[in-house]
Amino acid sequence: MLAKTHNGHGAAKDHGTMAQLMIGFGLAALLTIIPFVLIIAEVAIARTTLIGIIMGLGAVQIVVHLVYFLHVNRSTEQGWTLFASIFAVLILVIVLAGSLWVMRNMNENMMPMHDMDHMTSLQSQQG
Amino acid sequence: MSIETISPLFGRLSLDWIPYQEPILVGTFAAVAVGGFAVLVLMTYYGLWGSFWRDWVTSVDHKKIGIMYMVLGFIMMVRGFADALMMRAQQALAAGGAEGYLPQHHFDQVFTAHGVIMIFFVAMAFVTGIMNFVMPTQIGARDVAFPFLNNFSFWMTVAGALLVNISLFVGEFARVGWLAFPPLSGASFSTGPGMDYYLWSLQIAGVGTTLSGINLIATIVKMRAPGMKMMDMPVFTWTALATNVLIVAAFPVLTATLALLTLDRYFGMHFFTNDFGGNPMMYINLIWIWGHPEVYILIIPIFGVISEVVATFSGKPLFGYKTMVWATACIMVLSFIVWLHHFFTMGSGANVNTFFGITTMIIAVPTGVKIFNWLFTMYKGRVRLELPMYWTIGFLVTFTIGGMTGVLLAVPPVDFQLHNTLFLVAHFHNVIIGGVVFGVYAAVTYWWPKAFGFKLNDTWGKRSFWFWFVGFYFAFMPLYALGLMGVTRRINQYPDPAWQPYFIIAAFGAVLILLGILSTFIGFYVSVRDRKALACGGDPWNARTLEWATQSPPAPYNFPHDIQVRGRDEFWRMKQDGFVWSTAYQPIHMPKGTATGVYIAGFALVFGFAMVWYIWWLATLSFVAMVAIGIGHTFNYNRDYYIPAQDVAATEAKGAVT
Amino acid sequence: MTPLDSTQLAPVMAVNDHDHGADHGSPTQIGFWIYLMSDCIIFGALFATYAVLGGRYAGGPGPLDLFEPEFVAVETALLLFSSVTFGLAMLQAVKGNLNRTLVWLAVTGVLGAGFIGMELYEFRHLIHIGAGPDRSAFLSAFFALVGTHGLHVTGGIIWLVTLMVQIKMHGLIDANMRRLVTLSMFWHFLDLIWIGVFSFVYLVRLV
Repeated sequence: MLAKTHNGHGAAKDHGTMAQLMIGFGLAALLTIIPFVLIIAEVAIARTTLIGIIMGLGAVQIVVHLVYFLHVNRSTEQGWTLFASIFAVLILVIVLAGSLWVMRNMNENMMPMHDMDHMTSLQSQQG
Repeated sequence: MSIETISPLFGRLSLDWIPYQEPILVGTFAAVAVGGFAVLVLMTYYGLWGSFWRDWVTSVDHKKIGIMYMVLGFIMMVRGFADALMMRAQQALAAGGAEGYLPQHHFDQVFTAHGVIMIFFVAMAFVTGIMNFVMPTQIGARDVAFPFLNNFSFWMTVAGALLVNISLFVGEFARVGWLAFPPLSGASFSTGPGMDYYLWSLQIAGVGTTLSGINLIATIVKMRAPGMKMMDMPVFTWTALATNVLIVAAFPVLTATLALLTLDRYFGMHFFTNDFGGNPMMYINLIWIWGHPEVYILIIPIFGVISEVVATFSGKPLFGYKTMVWATACIMVLSFIVWLHHFFTMGSGANVNTFFGITTMIIAVPTGVKIFNWLFTMYKGRVRLELPMYWTIGFLVTFTIGGMTGVLLAVPPVDFQLHNTLFLVAHFHNVIIGGVVFGVYAAVTYWWPKAFGFKLNDTWGKRSFWFWFVGFYFAFMPLYALGLMGVTRRINQYPDPAWQPYFIIAAFGAVLILLGILSTFIGFYVSVRDRKALACGGDPWNARTLEWATQSPPAPYNFPHDIQVRGRDEFWRMKQDGFVWSTAYQPIHMPKGTATGVYIAGFALVFGFAMVWYIWWLATLSFVAMVAIGIGHTFNYNRDYYIPAQDVAATEAKGAVT
Repeated sequence: MTPLDSTQLAPVMAVNDHDHGADHGSPTQIGFWIYLMSDCIIFGALFATYAVLGGRYAGGPGPLDLFEPEFVAVETALLLFSSVTFGLAMLQAVKGNLNRTLVWLAVTGVLGAGFIGMELYEFRHLIHIGAGPDRSAFLSAFFALVGTHGLHVTGGIIWLVTLMVQIKMHGLIDANMRRLVTLSMFWHFLDLIWIGVFSFVYLVRLV
C-alpha cells in the first residue's frame, strides 16, 4: 500500500535532522577543502593521480550531498527517488562517456595531422 | 553577421519579409484567412466562445487536454502532408533537366518544415494526446498529478506550432533539414530568420513536452488506484511510463543542444562553428543522443496501444504480459546507446561503428518479442475484425517490414552505401507511418467511443484504412528502389529521367494517402452527424481495462468512487463479478480550471516571435510578463473545489441511461 | 453470482473518497525530483560539451591564464554555507518556527546573491580582458556551463523571495511547506551541480 503522509509537517524525517545537516556540512567542507588545497598549495603529485583525486573527491561529495542534504534513500517515495536518481546517473554516464569516446575517435580519424597534437590531450595547456 | 538594418522598433522585420510575390503562399494565406474567419463567424453566431474558453482552453481535465492534443495533431498533419504533396509533385516533375515548379530555396523550406512538423507537432502531439486521455483512466485516477501544468504544457506545444506556421507568412522557415546540422544552420550560412523560427518554436514546444513527461510519470507513480501494483498496470500505462521516462531523460539534451546553437547564432559563440575551435560534429553527436530516444518516444506508446487493441479484440488476456513489460524496459534503456548509427559515415573508427551497429541490431530483439506476443495473443483467440484491428494488422505487417530494413541499415558497411539516400527516407517512413500513424489510427478508432460516446462510421473508417495502407506501399516502396540506385534525399531535381517513373508512382501513392486523410475527416463528419445511431455504452468493445468502467464520455471525475484493484485486467474481473457502482455518492475533490497556462504560452509565442526578429524590447517585455504571470499564479492558493454528492448522483444517473 | 457493488469492494473508500490526496500523498515531491533529474541531464550535456571542446583555445587564453582557485574557493564556500543555512531554515520550519525560518531563508538568499555577484564580477572581468564567450570554443563552453548554473541560482533567489512573501502572508501552511521542501531540493541540487563545476571546470584544469 501507499505510505501515508499526514501533512507537510508530519514528515520530519524526510527533511533531515540537525545531526544529519552538520555531518553533511562537515564532510562536504572537508571534501571541498582537500582539492582546493591540493591545487592552491601546488602539492607535488603526478598529474593523472591528482586529476583522479579531484574527480574522485567530487564524486564522493556528490553522494554526501545526496544523502545528507537531499535525503535520498531507499525508502523515500517507495524507492522512486532512488530509482530516478540511478537512471539519471546512467544517462549522464552514457552522455558524457559516449560523447567523449565518439568525439575523440572522430577527431583522431578525421583531423588533419597538424591539428592532432592540439586535439589529443584535453588538458594540454598552451595558453 | 549580416548587413541588414535593425530598427529599434521592429528589429529586422520589414515589409520585404512578407512573401506577397509567392503565389503559393498568398493562396495558402487566403485559404487560411477565409477558413479562420469562417470559424470565427460560426463560433460567434452559435455563441460558442464562452464555453470554448471555459470548457476547453482553460480546462485542466486530462481528457479534454488529450482531445485538444489530437485536434492539434490532425490540423498539423494537414499542414505537414501538404508539404509532402508538394515535394512529391516537384520530384515527379523535375527529371532530366526540368526544373519543376518549386525553386530550391522554397523546396528546402518545405522539406525542413515537413520533418519538423510531422515529428514535433503531429507524432508528438498524437502520442501525448493519447497518453493524456487514456493513461489516467487506465489507472483509476481522477486526473493527472499536476493538472495546471498539463494545461500549460499543451498551450506551450500550441505556441511552438503557431510559431512554425507564422513563419509561412512572415519571413521564411529554415532550409536545413529537420535536425538543422551546423555549420549550415550556423550564423554564417543561415542568415535569415528561418533558422531562428526553427530554434524558438522547438524550444517553446520542448518546455511543454518535458513538463508533460514529468507530469505523466508522477501520475503513474502516485495516482494509481488503491491496490494497483506496478505489475497490475495495463501495458499501455507501462509504455506511457517508459515513454515519459525517455522524454524526461532525452529532451533536456535537445534543449541544451538547441540552446548552444542559439548562443552561436545570437552571441557569436563557437560551439559548432568551423572556426575558433568549434566542432560541428559535436552538435550531430548531441542531437542524436536526443534523436534516437525520440523515435522510441513515438513508437513505444504505440506498442501499448497495439497491446490493448489486440487483447480486447482477441477476447484474451495479452500473451506474455511480463515479457512485454521487460521488452519495453529493455528498449527504453537500449534506445540510449544506439545514437551513433545515425552518423556511421561521419568518420568514427571501426570499433565505435561496430559497437553501435551491434547495439542497434540487439534492439530489434525485444521489438521482435513484442511482435510475437501480439501474434500469440491473436492465436486461438476469437478475433473480431473491427476498425482498430484493421489498423493493428496493417501496423504489424508494415512495421515489421520497416523494422527489417532498419536492421539492414544497422550494418555499418551497408549504411555507408545507403546513408543519406531515399532508402533511409523509405525506412523511417515505413516505421513512422506503418508504426506510429497506423498505431495512432488504431488508438483513435479504439478510444473514440470512450471519448465521445459513439462509434466511428465503419465504411469511411475502412476506406480510410485501405487508402492509407495501399497508398503507403505505393508511396514508399519506389523510394527503397531509388535509394538502392543511389538517389540522395532532399534533391529538388535530378538529371536521370530513368528515375522519373518511380517518383511518379510515389506521387500516386501520396495521392492515395490524401484520399485516406480525406476519408478520415469525412468519417469524423459522418459519425458526428449520425451520432445517435452510432451511440454506444461505456464498454462498446467488451474491453479489459479500467478506462472502460467509466461512462462514455467519462464524467469530469472519471470514476464515481475509488476502485479497489485486485489484479491485472481489473475491469474484466469486475464484469465477471457483476460489478455495479454504489449509489452512496460522496463529494469529489477536483482541480479548478485556470487561464494562467494559456496566458504564459501566449507571451511565450510573442517572446519567440520577438527573438526571431531581434525585437529586443518586445522580447524583454514578454519574458517579464511570462515570469510575472507565473509568479502571480503561485499566489493563488484556491485551486480546487468539491463536486457535491448530488451532482455526482445526477451525472451518474444520466450516464446510466445510455 | 451475487452482484458486488463498489462499496463492498472498497470498504475504506467511503472514508477517503472525499480527498484523494489523502490516500496517495502529494505527488509534488517526486514530480519535482524528476524535474531535477531532467535538469541534471541538461547540465550533463553542457558538461559533455565542456569536456569535448574545453581544450580548444583557438590561440586564446586557457585555464591557467584565467582561473583563480582562491576566487572559486570563496564562491564554493558561499554556496555550501547557503546550503547549510537552507537546511537550518527547513529544520525551523518543521518546528513551526516562522520568524526563524524567515531569518535563515534571508541569510540563504544573501549568500546566494553574494555568489551571483562574484560570478558576475568574474564574467565581466573575463570579457573585459578579451576572454569573452566568443573568443574560443573553450570559453564558449565555460560561459555556457557556468552561466547556466548562475541563471539557475538567480531563479532560485527569485523563488526564495517569492516564497518568503508567501510564508509571511499565510504562515507555514501545508501548501507553503510543500513549496519550501521543493525549493530546498532545488537549492541543494544547485550546490550539488557546483561540485561538478568547481572540480571539473576549474580545479582539474589547473592541475
